[in-house]
Amino acid sequence: MSKAGIIRASAFFGILALLPLGVKPQWVINLLIFTLMYAALASSWNLIGGYAGYPSLGHAAFFGFGAYFIGIIFENSVGNGYNPFFILPLVGLCAAIISIPIGFIAMKTRKDVFAIVTITLLFMVQTLAYNWRGLTGGAQGKGVAVPPFDPATFGRPYYYVMLILLLTAMSISMYFRRSKIGLSLAAVRADEDKAHGVGIQVTTVKIIAFALSVAIAAMVGAVWGYYEGFIYPQFAVDPLITIGMVLMTFLGGRATLWGPVLGAFILVPAQQYFSYEFGATQFYLLAYAAIFLVIMLVLPRGILPTLTDRIRLKAKIVAEANK
Amino acid sequence: MHSVIQALILGSLTGGVYALMASGQTLIFGIMKVINLAQGAFVIVASYLTFSLFQMTGLDPFLLIIVTTPIMFILGAATQWFLLRPLRPDDAAELSLLVTFAVALGLEGALSIVYKTTLRSIMPGYENHSWTLWGYQINEVRFYAFLLSIAMLGVLYLLLQKTKFGRSVRATVQNPMSAQLLGVNSKAVSAFGFGLGVSTTAAAGAVFGLITPFNPGSHYDLISRLLTIVVLGGMGAIGGSVIAALIMGIGAALVSALAAPIWSDFTFFAVLLLVLLLRPRGLFGAKVRGAL
Repeated sequence: MSKAGIIRASAFFGILALLPLGVKPQWVINLLIFTLMYAALASSWNLIGGYAGYPSLGHAAFFGFGAYFIGIIFENSVGNGYNPFFILPLVGLCAAIISIPIGFIAMKTRKDVFAIVTITLLFMVQTLAYNWRGLTGGAQGKGVAVPPFDPATFGRPYYYVMLILLLTAMSISMYFRRSKIGLSLAAVRADEDKAHGVGIQVTTVKIIAFALSVAIAAMVGAVWGYYEGFIYPQFAVDPLITIGMVLMTFLGGRATLWGPVLGAFILVPAQQYFSYEFGATQFYLLAYAAIFLVIMLVLPRGILPTLTDRIRLKAKIVAEANK
Repeated sequence: MHSVIQALILGSLTGGVYALMASGQTLIFGIMKVINLAQGAFVIVASYLTFSLFQMTGLDPFLLIIVTTPIMFILGAATQWFLLRPLRPDDAAELSLLVTFAVALGLEGALSIVYKTTLRSIMPGYENHSWTLWGYQINEVRFYAFLLSIAMLGVLYLLLQKTKFGRSVRATVQNPMSAQLLGVNSKAVSAFGFGLGVSTTAAAGAVFGLITPFNPGSHYDLISRLLTIVVLGGMGAIGGSVIAALIMGIGAALVSALAAPIWSDFTFFAVLLLVLLLRPRGLFGAKVRGAL
C-alpha cells in the first residue's frame, strides 16, 4: 500500500471511529450505521462481482441467513448484549461453507449461469424464510432479545461492529489487489479460458472469492438483524438489498478499493433523504431502477475509475506542456 | 393414482403457459446472449394491461391479446433499443443482465404506483369453469391457454423458419459476425428479436392473470421458474424450452400434489442445480464455447 493510501485509510477510519463520540443525535448514528452496513456489503459484493466479474444476485440470501442465525440463537436472551458479536465469525464461517458447493456448481460454466443460480437461490431462501415457520416465525417475523445497552448510546456497539466489518471487507479487497489471488481473479475476469490455459486454478480462486464475499454479507446481515431487533422475511431476504450493493459498487467503481464505499456514502444518505421526503417505497423502487439505468448507460465504469483516468490524462497533458 | 393423473393434466396445461413465457426468453438469449431478467415483469405488465383493457371494454381477455401483443412488442423493442444497445460491447453481457434486472424493478415500481399492491384477478366469468372427463377436472381457462400457447408457438416457429426476418434471426443466433457480413442488419434484428421475445408475454400475461391472482411483486415468482426452464431446455434452444416447460410444469404439479405446494418451488432450484451439475448445456443446448 502506498504511503498516501495508508494516510487516506487511517484518516477515513480514524474519523469514523471518533464520530460517534462527538455526534449525539440518534438519527445521525442510525444513518451512519446503515451507510457503513451498505459500504461493507458493497465492498463484499465487489470481491466476487467486481474483481472476479461474476455478478452475484443472491447476496441478500446470505444477508438474511446471517440475520436469522442471530435471531434464532438469541431469541430469548443476549446476556450482556455483546454475545451476538462474538458469534459473528461462526456466522461467516457457516455462510462460507454453504456457499462452496453452490459456488462450485454455479461457477462451473458461465457468468450468466452464475447470476441465474444466485437469483434463484435468493428466491428459494425467501420462500424458506416465509414457510419454515418453526424456525423463522414466517411472515410474522422473528424477534431478537433486546440488549441492556444504555439508551443514550444504544447504536454505538452496532456502529463499531459495522465499522470493523467494513475494515475487514476492505482489507480483503486490499489483499486481493496486492496478491496472486487478485491477479488470478483479474485474469478470470478478462478471459477465463486463457486464464485456465495458463494454469490458473480458476475454480479455486472463484470459490475463495465467493466464499469470502458471502461470509461478510452474512456477518453484516447478522448485525443488521440484531440491530433491527425484529426480522421479517421481506426485509431480511430482499432483492433490494442485493440491488443496493450492486448499485453502490457500480456507482463508485467496480474492482476498486474505495469505489463501493464511495457508492454507499452517496446512495444511502440519498435514499434516506428521499424516503423521508416522499415516503412511498414504490417511488424508491422506481428511483433505484432509474439511477441504476443511468449509471449503466452514462457511467458504466463508475465514478472512481472515470475520475482517476481524467486526472491522469490531465497530469499527462500538463507534463507534455512543460516539456 | 387419481391425484397423480390429475396432477399430470394440470401440470401439462400449466407447462404450456410457461412454454410461452420461456420461449420468448430463450429467443432473446439466442439472438443476443442476454438473459432477460425482466421477462417475468413483462408478463405482469401484460397481465395488468389485459386487466385494465378488460375492465374498460369488457372484451374477452383472449381477444385482447390481439391488442396487447403489439404493445408488448414495442415495449420490448424499445427496451433493447434504448437500454441495451448503447452498452459497450466489452462488458455488455454482464451489464445487460443487470440492466434487465433494473428494468424489472422499474416496471414493478411503476405498476405499484399505478395499481398499488392489491392482488388482482382477471375475471371474465368463466375463469373457474372446468370440464369433467372420466372423473378428472380440466380447467377451461388453462385448456384454452394451452391451446393458445401451442398456436403462438406455431406462429413463432413459422416466423422463424419461413420468413426473411426469421432467417436473419437464425443467422444471427448461429454466427452474428458472418450474418452481418452477409447483409443482415444485426441492430434491427436484435431490437425486433427482443420485441418478439417480449411480445410472447402478452398472451402469457393474459393467461397468467386468468389463472392466478397477481400483484406487481408477482414477477419474482416467475423469474426463477423461467430461468430454470431456460437452463433445462438448453440456453438458446426454443424447442428445448418448450419441452423443459412441460417437464417442469408436470414436475411441479406432481410434487405439489404428492408432497406440498410449497415444495414445488424447491423443485425448480433442485432441477437447476442438477442440470448444471450433470448436463450444463441443458437438454437441447449446443455446447457453448467458454464453458469449462
